[in-house]
Amino acid sequence: MDALLQHLVNGLVLGGTYALLGIGLTLIFGLMNLVNFAHGEFYTLGAYATFAALALGGLNFFAAIAAAIVVGAAGGALCERVLLRPLRGESIDTTMLVMIGLWIALQNGELLAWGGVAKSIPHPFPTAPLTLGPVGIAPLRLFVVAAALALIVAAWLLIQRTRLGCAMRATFQDRETAALMGVKIGRIHTATFAFGSALAAAAGALLGPIFLAYPSMGDLASLKAFSVVILGGLGNLAGATLGGLLLGIAEELGAGYVSSGYRDAVGFVIIILVLLFRPSGLFARTERIG
Amino acid sequence: MLKRWWSTVLIVLAVGGLMAPAGFAQAPIKIGVIEPLSGAVAASGNYVRMGAEIGRDWINARGGVNGRKVELVIEDNKSDPKEAASAAEKLIVRDKVPAIMGAWGSSMTLAAMPKLEEYGVPMVVETSSAASITRRGNPWIFRISPPSEMEALGLERYVDKLGVKRADFLAVNTDWGRGAVGAFGDMLKKKGATVGAAEFMDQAATDMNAQITKIKGTGGDTLFLTTAVEQITLVLKQAQEQRLGRTVVTTGGSSSPTQLIKQAGAAAEGSYHIVFFMPWFPEAMPDGKLAKAFVDEWAKRGHPFEGLTEGFRGHDGIATIAEAVKIAGKDEAKAIQAALWKVSFTGLNGPIKFDKDGPAGKESGQSKPSIFLVQIKDGKVALPDFLAKK
Repeated sequence: MDALLQHLVNGLVLGGTYALLGIGLTLIFGLMNLVNFAHGEFYTLGAYATFAALALGGLNFFAAIAAAIVVGAAGGALCERVLLRPLRGESIDTTMLVMIGLWIALQNGELLAWGGVAKSIPHPFPTAPLTLGPVGIAPLRLFVVAAALALIVAAWLLIQRTRLGCAMRATFQDRETAALMGVKIGRIHTATFAFGSALAAAAGALLGPIFLAYPSMGDLASLKAFSVVILGGLGNLAGATLGGLLLGIAEELGAGYVSSGYRDAVGFVIIILVLLFRPSGLFARTERIG
Repeated sequence: MLKRWWSTVLIVLAVGGLMAPAGFAQAPIKIGVIEPLSGAVAASGNYVRMGAEIGRDWINARGGVNGRKVELVIEDNKSDPKEAASAAEKLIVRDKVPAIMGAWGSSMTLAAMPKLEEYGVPMVVETSSAASITRRGNPWIFRISPPSEMEALGLERYVDKLGVKRADFLAVNTDWGRGAVGAFGDMLKKKGATVGAAEFMDQAATDMNAQITKIKGTGGDTLFLTTAVEQITLVLKQAQEQRLGRTVVTTGGSSSPTQLIKQAGAAAEGSYHIVFFMPWFPEAMPDGKLAKAFVDEWAKRGHPFEGLTEGFRGHDGIATIAEAVKIAGKDEAKAIQAALWKVSFTGLNGPIKFDKDGPAGKESGQSKPSIFLVQIKDGKVALPDFLAKK
């Protein structure tokens, strides 16, 4: 029973971070109809930016995370302007190939810039776990989950409650009409991609200190983000949040009670079942953005 | 027109002069190298490459092999078995190398092996630990790293000193990890210890909390950990977060204790590591002078100290192939294969000499490497108390 509680807590923490990865990807897909294979690379960028801000820039931990989010947003905006804007109106396959190219280029760029040795990102939290009865959780992980939930809520508010969010939703419901109403389409695309990338960078900045920063770290993150998005339904923000938590708990329980060798298989079995029985995602009923 | 003709001649002469410095009139001897230079275990692969380059430069500085310069043709297997097989094929078919060193991970080495047999080119295996590598009946395989069983045997004499009564395993889910769990489990059972949980993790996994929670429930005293240094770091940190409270012993020699101290900090304190090279005390190695020279050269080149426990493999692998080419007297695959059986010298790890292993008639070569145990104490790498000289 104690082990079950600990597994559930582990799963929730892990799931919270999966959710953060998933919502950035689902936003970009839902709003831009773009399959962003480079999403994991913005996660890597966030982790390295945090490392650089701490080790080279001398910022404190929280400022470094904020800096990484800004770097992620700027990187995303740049990508959209340089790579995606000339391709607006092209088929989804074309942009997908461009993003695969960007993924490979960025990953090898990281390898060139930082070398293959993993970097450990220092953090100010004590390593002794906070215990509540039989369950323990590291303070850093608690902070990460809280920050992830705060970011998810912020993303939701931005899309539902601000003028920018309203313009975003309008653009993707009907681009021509939105343009006639005075929405600057180009700017909305840039803002959306920058926002999605910033969320990925935030995930990297938050998870980097828990794990390690290394050039190929984005691959696993991309894989998990796509899993979460498929579970939750493409373009569905609430679905991605719940999908992330579900995947985290499923993997954790699968590893704990079935076999740790098949940990990732558990997640994928669920995805196959979802695709078979609810192809538009577990939470398809809820309102889609756009 | 005339002027251009003259400059062409000058360029040809200059280039020719550069390509063939005095003493190396003949074409260089090519040695293929397959290492993970990118991907999950890129750090280790790059250290082996650096060691191999030192080996090459030392050989060339001594006048090469049989008067010919040694040249390395280095291929990246991207930490991926599929890539290892195609890298082997590319080296053999396109670069026409007569011998290869590689391919770090057991799964990558196993994937490359059929290509060696297909084209008849020997490979010196510098890192891989899975027993199956020398048991498959591939006569082109010569391994200088210890298989997990040999490593387990090397640790056997310390089991009582380490106080292992009830052991659990956490290993990377590859041929290497699964092989190590089997080999160390058998050895421990023979010594009368009980084996509790055997948990696995994907090579790229970063969150091992589920496995650690499960291991915590077994009530054991020692955790045997088999994976590359990145994952060892994560497991040590997460075990500390969960207050696992076990004696940790890492196997496979790829733990780089210095890197662990740097990245896992206090979480690494007290852990034991099986290593095959001790750069902290080179004088304690079988050839202390050679080891010292290597450690100094490594520092001179600005390579990170933590890479030495991996880098020595590259040196020893290239030295082994060069020795075989010297004995063979020519750089032909078949002749090098035959000569590898006659190789006998002391490398950085210790004596290198191949014994037969695997099905009769198709044996692979297996050397008997030296095995050492070190411990992280007060943030430093030291010999365990029961080994330290009084």
